[in-house]
Amino acid sequence: MAPRAAARLELLGFQQVHEYKPGKLDWMASGRPTEGENSTRPRAGTVARKDVPVCAPADRLADVRDRARGAGWDAAVVVDGERVVLGLLRAAELAKEGELSIEEAMRPGPSTFRPYVPIKEMADYLTGHKLESSPVTTLDGKLVGLLLKADAVREAEGCPDCVRKMI
Amino acid sequence: MATLIDRDQLQELVARGAQPVEVLPADEYKEDHLPGAISIPLRQVNRESAKLLDPTRDLIVYCWDMA
Repeated sequence: MAPRAAARLELLGFQQVHEYKPGKLDWMASGRPTEGENSTRPRAGTVARKDVPVCAPADRLADVRDRARGAGWDAAVVVDGERVVLGLLRAAELAKEGELSIEEAMRPGPSTFRPYVPIKEMADYLTGHKLESSPVTTLDGKLVGLLLKADAVREAEGCPDCVRKMI
Repeated sequence: MATLIDRDQLQELVARGAQPVEVLPADEYKEDHLPGAISIPLRQVNRESAKLLDPTRDLIVYCWDMA
């Protein structure tokens, strides 16, 4: 669609036409702000907690558990040096033997969601799949934050308009 | 032929005065669009709608994704 519009505009005489090929999907998935009716409604990316503890695969579980619990968390996200999500530690994984490496203890390849997903969809998904939390990432897999089911359900209940499809 | 740009280049161009143009249907624009973008749906790109655009500014055309 955009290439055809760009070609048409050039035919109409515009000299400096650029095409942002990755489009609105890329923009919204990166967590950048938008304008419009939906821009102020809660979504996965706005509700996700950005202060979730992160750790590396080579870290020791006991150290990560102490750090996470010390910060009031019962979860941590495993990331690489670029903050790409590799795994997740929920309460069950954090309770494993402390001498394990994170790579051994983590739940690998968790389902992730993009920041623009409406909060009602997230609340329904997390409830329906009995998940306490899920990582929110950009299109290239980088961590935005951890969305807690309790937060998603609360925000969805406070936003009746969020029921409608937002994208 | 239009120059292909990424997100960072888009932000640089906008900072220098470029005009983003969303060519998706108007209801999609109404729900969400890039900051500062104007709406000219693909089927309405013509001489009349082109009057909305400043020919001295760079234009950045986008839709939903690569389709």
